[in-house]
Amino acid sequence: MNGQELCKRLLTMAIVLLGVSLLTYGLIFITPGDPARTILTQQMGGQIPSQEAVEQFRAENGLDDPFLVQYAHWMGDVLQGDLGHSYYNDRSVSEMIIQRLPNTIVLAVASIFVALVIAIPAGIASARNPGSQADYAAQIGSLIGVSMPNFWLGYLLIIVCSLRLNLFPVAGAAGLEHLILPSLTLGSGMAAVIARLVRTAMLDVLDDAYIQAARAKGLRERIIIYKHALRNALVPVVTIIGLQLSYVLNGAVVIEVVFQRPGLGTLLVDAIFARDYPVVQGVTLLIGVIFVLMNFAVDLTYSRLDPRIDLGGDPT
Amino acid sequence: MSDRAANRRKRQADKRQGWTDGLTADRLGQFGIGVVLTLLVLAALGPVVSPYDPAEQDLSNRLESPSLSHPFGTDQLGRDVLTRLLHGARFSLGIAVAVTTVRLLVGTAVGLVAGYAGGWVDEALMRLVDTLLAFPGIVLALVIAGILGPSLVNVMLALAVVGWASYARLVRSSVLSLREREFVTTARLLGRSRMHIATRHLLPNVVAPVVVLATLDIGSVILGTAGLSFLGLGAQPPTPEWGTMLASGRNYLRQAWWLVNAPGLCIMVTVLGFNLLGDSLRDMLSPTQTAQMEEL
Repeated sequence: MNGQELCKRLLTMAIVLLGVSLLTYGLIFITPGDPARTILTQQMGGQIPSQEAVEQFRAENGLDDPFLVQYAHWMGDVLQGDLGHSYYNDRSVSEMIIQRLPNTIVLAVASIFVALVIAIPAGIASARNPGSQADYAAQIGSLIGVSMPNFWLGYLLIIVCSLRLNLFPVAGAAGLEHLILPSLTLGSGMAAVIARLVRTAMLDVLDDAYIQAARAKGLRERIIIYKHALRNALVPVVTIIGLQLSYVLNGAVVIEVVFQRPGLGTLLVDAIFARDYPVVQGVTLLIGVIFVLMNFAVDLTYSRLDPRIDLGGDPT
Repeated sequence: MSDRAANRRKRQADKRQGWTDGLTADRLGQFGIGVVLTLLVLAALGPVVSPYDPAEQDLSNRLESPSLSHPFGTDQLGRDVLTRLLHGARFSLGIAVAVTTVRLLVGTAVGLVAGYAGGWVDEALMRLVDTLLAFPGIVLALVIAGILGPSLVNVMLALAVVGWASYARLVRSSVLSLREREFVTTARLLGRSRMHIATRHLLPNVVAPVVVLATLDIGSVILGTAGLSFLGLGAQPPTPEWGTMLASGRNYLRQAWWLVNAPGLCIMVTVLGFNLLGDSLRDMLSPTQTAQMEEL
């Protein structure tokens, strides 16, 4: 990728980030009814707020200004790291996010680890003997994994591992024992997609001339597979892991609810039900930004790992 | 895009088709069609044939385990789970088809306009597409549905708003590759209007990949609807929606394992059916069309 292309990509990314922030901020304007009234009613435990209270709340939170003024004001604060304050306990949103973020990151990393531990051996076993029993098993497992709702898998694991076998606690986020079931749930769904890709990539690589050369040299099969083939087969896998971030973030929201794990997902869901808009906006913006940056990083890594890859951008 | 990249994609696509060799794509596809047809019949006839009412409570028969009279047991209010699942099939299939249709129509229209108009129109529309694709789908749908307020209609709306972007991208890239082909140039030279060219010459050529994408998309719409309902944003109890049923079953994991597993199994089988059907339809596409789908 040359300098000019990089600049073009950076510019596009900046526009997308602007779009992400506009969309995130604009979301609260689709709320039915008057947000100030809704929030005050909730804060006062269902009592109807007085007209003065509503007007005061609007003025305090700048809800009277036109959209773009409010947006510019919010964006100015965001760029300084200030995501606003929760409507309910006046805590800063950034503080709430920072408190929850580590749990979600740990879950995401552990899930990706689980996914790779399942997917790489399964994909290799499939690719070495296409059409074998192991291959069929991996294929069927992968088809089922892709189609299974992850919250159901979570409850299945809870029923079997926690309630029947008493192996792990049902809920919480205290230690390693609280991490195993959630990351197994999230990771096995991801493994289904990655295993497919490892198999494809391995089949692709195993046909290459340099593998035949290695075979002709009489190298041991294990060395050929793990040292020569896998390394090259992993290039597309790196990309898919980056793209699977979408799956991880989508999944983390649901899985955190299933296992009652305090994280970004449960923070978002609770804030949505409480109509705590600053928190909703903060978390949504963060997730959007992480996702955009990760995709950009994946593009860069991809072209570095395999210089043959051309990042021309538009297929025009 | 260079030839090399194109070739690479093509090769990958060929390999991808090879995924189902041995198990034969045909057989899996037939299985998929079988599942989908069975579900349609069950959704249509099931509620009519079933001897129970999905809302009828029978507190003397609460949490009864599966038996001959209640093959999937009864729930916390003594309602027959099988009957509720059959009614739920109508919701799931109906919602999935409706949401996917809206996504398809909006996305195709946007993609046609962007690809054919070019210039700043294209630029603006594609940045909107990029922005929507910049969020993990369920998270954005969750936020939109949550702000609109919990209801099945809002979930459908949110999923439709979030999901049309990939159709637009697919249609646009197909249109770009078609735009310079002879039959389009000829139509232009013959003085056909833009509208005529877009609807009569371009549209028919993008229908096949779009339909394949829609079939593959139905599964994710079903998962999305169930997921949002599970979180409490979609159908509200006592509506017999699969995600909602699973969510209320979680309070009875110990006493009544079937309450979460029966709806879970239904969701999985339905999604599997549509995925297999979509996979085998994709294998029927031409290599160029497959390459365009790979880019999504």
